[in-house]
Amino acid sequence: MNKLEVNNLDLFYGENHALKDISINIPSRQVTALIGPSGCGKSTLLRTLNRMNDLVAGVKITGTVAFEGEDIYADVDVKNLRMRVGMVFQKPNPFPMSIYENIAFGLKAQGVKDKKVIDQVVEESLRGAALWEEVKDRLNTPAFGLSGGQQQRLCIARAIAMEPEVILMDEPTSALDPIATHKIEELMDELRKKFTIVIVTHSMNQAKRISDRTAFFWMGELVEQGETHQVFNNPQDSRTQGYVSGEFG
Amino acid sequence: MSKFTQSNSTISTLKDSKSLLSRENQDKLLHGAIWAAAGITILFLLWVVWHILSNGLSHVSWEFITGSYTRIGEASGIWAMIVSTVYMVLLSLAFAAPIGIMTAIYLTEYAAPGSKFVQVIRFCTESLAGIPSIVYGLFGMTFFVTTLGLGFSILSGALTLAMLILPVIIRTTEEALMAVPMSYREGGYALGSSKIYTIWRLILPSALPGIVTSVILSTGRVIGESAPVFLTAGMVTQIPESVLDSGRTLTVHLYKLTQELFTQHEWDQAYATATILIVLVLVLNLTTKVIATRLNKQS
Repeated sequence: MNKLEVNNLDLFYGENHALKDISINIPSRQVTALIGPSGCGKSTLLRTLNRMNDLVAGVKITGTVAFEGEDIYADVDVKNLRMRVGMVFQKPNPFPMSIYENIAFGLKAQGVKDKKVIDQVVEESLRGAALWEEVKDRLNTPAFGLSGGQQQRLCIARAIAMEPEVILMDEPTSALDPIATHKIEELMDELRKKFTIVIVTHSMNQAKRISDRTAFFWMGELVEQGETHQVFNNPQDSRTQGYVSGEFG
Repeated sequence: MSKFTQSNSTISTLKDSKSLLSRENQDKLLHGAIWAAAGITILFLLWVVWHILSNGLSHVSWEFITGSYTRIGEASGIWAMIVSTVYMVLLSLAFAAPIGIMTAIYLTEYAAPGSKFVQVIRFCTESLAGIPSIVYGLFGMTFFVTTLGLGFSILSGALTLAMLILPVIIRTTEEALMAVPMSYREGGYALGSSKIYTIWRLILPSALPGIVTSVILSTGRVIGESAPVFLTAGMVTQIPESVLDSGRTLTVHLYKLTQELFTQHEWDQAYATATILIVLVLVLNLTTKVIATRLNKQS
């Protein structure tokens, strides 16, 4: 079953035709990796899936993005969409507040006031992001005191606190060292059981390690998509072949 | 062994002792000039402060601060002026701070960047900031005092000063808001938070040190103005009982005193008033520093 279905999507930043006729299906509870060289449009596509591109002035979009069969660019509550389609960014972006308040932020924004409920969600989310044991004794200290890898897991915890169905990850490990990266990848292996994950990555090895499906982008076009092992071992397009073999990109 | 020292390349010419010396001298000269400039600045500041304090401090007494004032006679206390100054500060901030901060929020968070409307508001605030304060005074006297019939009053003065400090508050608040990383906004919106909640709970708290600084800077401006104040709030040396009463701020008082310096006693009063003003401004600046560092530490 497909969680997200993108059909004939074109996206313009002013004059710049950033995404060209993209059609892709994101199956439920799988990890889909978007790969390709810088500026190929993979992050742009990711940001159309929860309408984060709305924040950028001068964006024009045609085509459809259906979430559970419903076009998110038609009459849809964007706030509700973003609760169901969470996002983790390239650079860890904890808020300037305590660890606890970071996780509680999204709930409080929805008007949740019951401290018991919030306490429980904070613990569950931190456990879900494999961070609980490391921070349980200092929940009220500033999130900025955490290491880079911990901050990124905090951001993952913050996202899963909203109980989303999909988590979008925009190069979540590119600012982290190999050990922190390894921890996040282990975590993603857990997360895939509950969530649908779409990850943009620069690292082909990461895509190979963690994803079920891979889509290769090239200059705004979706060149090839399919099962990850197939895209890497038996690419159909010469551009994919060149990229995954490390000839360019 | 002598291969390197005998080389005739440009680099080795640059490295020869003569040009090295002249370069060193150039460096020293520039260094000296920069130090001299910094030194002169500090010297002037210390000199002015010393001049005022040495002439005024000995005439500041409890009676001077808390006493009443009569123009003829011996009573020369400044309590009424202190009260008027405090009223003026609080009231003008009460008008200007909410409007200024909300305008800045509109400009940074709501308006499409570079839109015509934003450009017009920017142009207006910049122009408003450049108008000499006496012009505000003239406007305030005609509009608030006469047309609206508020008379020479704390209210007229505060409204005039509010217009004067509005551009300052807008600009500095805007800068504080723009300094908040875009990643906070993205993070907030990506959780499905509404715009107003994200601004109120995430962006404004992050910008708070900057906003507080902007408000305190405006306080300094209100305290420092004289011309637009006496044109709109008058010069009555009594404690105002309501905002519709006239009142004389410390700066206006100093201005008035310097207009009629005949006796030594009057000179002493002027210096003593100036001392109080300098101390006030110093305290304000220190408070700004303390609050800003404290808020920065919290986040």
